[in-house]
Amino acid sequence: MADFDIPELKEYPIIPHIQPGVMAHSKPFVAKPEFQEPLGYPGELVDNWQEKAIEKLGELKGKYRSLQVFLDACVKCGACTDKCHYYLGTADPKNMPVARQDLLRKVYRRYYTFAGKYFPKLVGAVDLTREVLDDWYAYYHQCSQCRRCSVYCPYGIDTAEISMAAREIMDSIGLGQKYCNEIIGKVFKIGNNLGLPEPALADTLEGLEEEVYEDTGVKVRYPLDEEGAEILLVTPSADFFAEPHVDGLIGYGKVFHEAGVSWTLSSYASEAANFGMFIGSYENMRRVALRIREAAIKLGVKRIVFGECGHAWRVAYSFLNTLAGPFDFLDPNYPVPQHICEFTYDLIKQGRLKFDKSENDHMVLTFHDSCNVARASRMGDFPGGQFVIPREIIKATCNHFYDMDDWGIKEATFCCGGGGGLLTDDLMEVRIKGALPRMEALKDVVENYGVTHMAAICAICKSQFTKVLPYYGFTMDQIVSVHQLVSNAIILTRGTEEPGGEAETADAA
Amino acid sequence: MTFLTVVYALLFYVATGVLLFGLGYKIRQYWKTPQPLKIPTTPAPVTRSGVVIRMLKEVTVFASLFKGNKWTWLFGWTFHAALLLVLLRHLRYFQEPVWGWVRFIQPFGKYAAFAMLAGLAGLWARRFLVDRVRYISAPSDHLMLALLLGIGISGASMTFVAHADIVSLKAFFLGLIRFDWQPIPSDPLLLIHLLLVATLMIVFPYSKLLHAPGVFFSPTRNQVDNPREQRHVAPWAEELERKERRQAAAG
Ligand code: HEM
Ligand code: SF4
Ligand code: SF4
Repeated sequence: MADFDIPELKEYPIIPHIQPGVMAHSKPFVAKPEFQEPLGYPGELVDNWQEKAIEKLGELKGKYRSLQVFLDACVKCGACTDKCHYYLGTADPKNMPVARQDLLRKVYRRYYTFAGKYFPKLVGAVDLTREVLDDWYAYYHQCSQCRRCSVYCPYGIDTAEISMAAREIMDSIGLGQKYCNEIIGKVFKIGNNLGLPEPALADTLEGLEEEVYEDTGVKVRYPLDEEGAEILLVTPSADFFAEPHVDGLIGYGKVFHEAGVSWTLSSYASEAANFGMFIGSYENMRRVALRIREAAIKLGVKRIVFGECGHAWRVAYSFLNTLAGPFDFLDPNYPVPQHICEFTYDLIKQGRLKFDKSENDHMVLTFHDSCNVARASRMGDFPGGQFVIPREIIKATCNHFYDMDDWGIKEATFCCGGGGGLLTDDLMEVRIKGALPRMEALKDVVENYGVTHMAAICAICKSQFTKVLPYYGFTMDQIVSVHQLVSNAIILTRGTEEPGGEAETADAA
Repeated sequence: MTFLTVVYALLFYVATGVLLFGLGYKIRQYWKTPQPLKIPTTPAPVTRSGVVIRMLKEVTVFASLFKGNKWTWLFGWTFHAALLLVLLRHLRYFQEPVWGWVRFIQPFGKYAAFAMLAGLAGLWARRFLVDRVRYISAPSDHLMLALLLGIGISGASMTFVAHADIVSLKAFFLGLIRFDWQPIPSDPLLLIHLLLVATLMIVFPYSKLLHAPGVFFSPTRNQVDNPREQRHVAPWAEELERKERRQAAAG
């Protein structure tokens, strides 16, 4: 099925010897003009692209301190070279974080530094040629912006910042990536990545209500566009239909139901994901984020809660206040925004949720820390909350939980292999190879503790694992949503006698 | 006044000027460039004092590097700690009277030269032995290590093998500071040592040695993790918002 070799699983990641050029062919489809223009980019590669790219680099390094400092500060110590899952999985040296940065840095040096202008050979500076641009396109789309390299760099140099800048430069000269740009266009036009219009959403949610009623005998509601609700839930659109995502959405609804709060989804802001981040575009990221603000104002909600999604949570936690704030029209007693895990965890701590853990006894679980949650955001009101809270939820709902080895969890977590705008079929090879370290960590707990399932709180991770698990001898249904576990175990205590009566109680709460 | 004295005197004025202005320019550039988004890397402190502690750990014990690679950490930290001691030891050439603690560290500083050389040798060996590090090394990365090794070897030789005329040297440097030039001792080893040091000072602001100021400006390390509590907006992003509001009002 695949025309490349699937890497062999070892007991733990082995650092490979370099094999230059083996992934140079890996390039995503280029965006057509129809996907470029709605985002404000030229339709195709402009004639004076070289000049424009250099100019854009200059502009960006003046706007982002991260970029300017990171381009200067690297000492080539090599501490990051073995930290990237794409290097571990492919052995292509240009997938070593520092080498990935150098693709841009050598151009920066050539045009913007004294040493590179006058002694290019000495400092490895090169002209921006078509070959360099091709390398950019290949290797900046083999970075999932997971920030693992940044953790180990003595100066915190974050290759994600570099690849975001590189993608923004390429977009600005008309060389965009189809997958990301098409999706952003869909959000602008319809409201979500999948292009699901309001009637389709309403239909799906109605279906969920029926399904849950049949399952539990309780009328749990999944409301859409309900003005005056207390909470606006913003969730990745994969939650509306794909397995195991949708089981998570069912879980959120049950939690809100038990909490007795009124909530709603919005068809206008029916997407938590924000691919504007992946392409490094402040403007596009902001445009997507502003939809959430507008929806919150229009619906008159008091709180905003985000569903399970990794990069969406980064944009929500770290950037939303910057991009679309201030949120002074919301209830100041709650952080803006909140993660659904924070919401559920608070209720668990207050003893307001009852669980029958045995409902999950057919599974032995482990937890995959999603990069953007682990290394680029936080949960709760204490450092490291993003590690504690999801695990506490799993432990409250399951009897069998085992963490993977320390080298692959928490801030050291390995990417699923599909983040950062790579979750597309035209990048299947790098996705499969990049999943290697995570698969190795998983194999270890499967063999030693009999783990059967891996829980995650990210739509991209869930989709990626569903696709790549089978290549490594696992099955696609071994990935589950954290709120799927909640959904399985939660004991619904409200609205059991009087079907249809909880809408009023909810409003009163 | 010998020709040599004039050359070296001018060389050190130029080197000092380049170092100070070059670094000043870069620091100003870093300072003035905004960071539009909050991007601290986990484990990110949630308070300003937490950030100060994090930064102290980075610059004193290279905390992140320790997590990243034990060998590089060992060689790198040894080199830097020794370099610091050696530099402090050199203060005695520039002051009269010499501070007590500078006198106190003299014996340690003397032997630190060996630790510095060992650290540099270890770092350089990695550039040849580890294929990944070999791949990322440009000629300038090798030259930088050669330069520092050259400084260390010539310096240590004067301390342990062929003593230079320290008294005249000190008179030369005090003379430079007081703009009252004194002759430089014409010991070849010393002249080589000083030439290399001046070279290092000149390349500093144009090379990867910018990591020294850079680390303090790294947003992943110096930001407080409080984006929900405090709105963080760059001036250019504010301008963007103002423009939008004007357009909305006009349209
Ligand atoms: C705030 C002060 C400084 C800090 C925190 C710092 C930190 C570091 C760290 C963590 C590394 C990486 C590990 C290594 O390769 O050693 C490094 C590399 C290096 N540092 Fe520094 N440094 C500082 C000042 C200096 C100064 C003043 C010099 C030189 C005069 C210097 C010269 C070097 C060199 C040459 C390397 C590269 C070594 C190699 O090629 O492997 N550093 N520094
Ligand atoms: S951000 Fe992640 S994917 Fe990108 S270079 Fe660093 S480790 Fe690799
Ligand atoms: S760890 Fe940091 S300084 Fe070292 S090579 Fe990688 S990016 Fe450069």
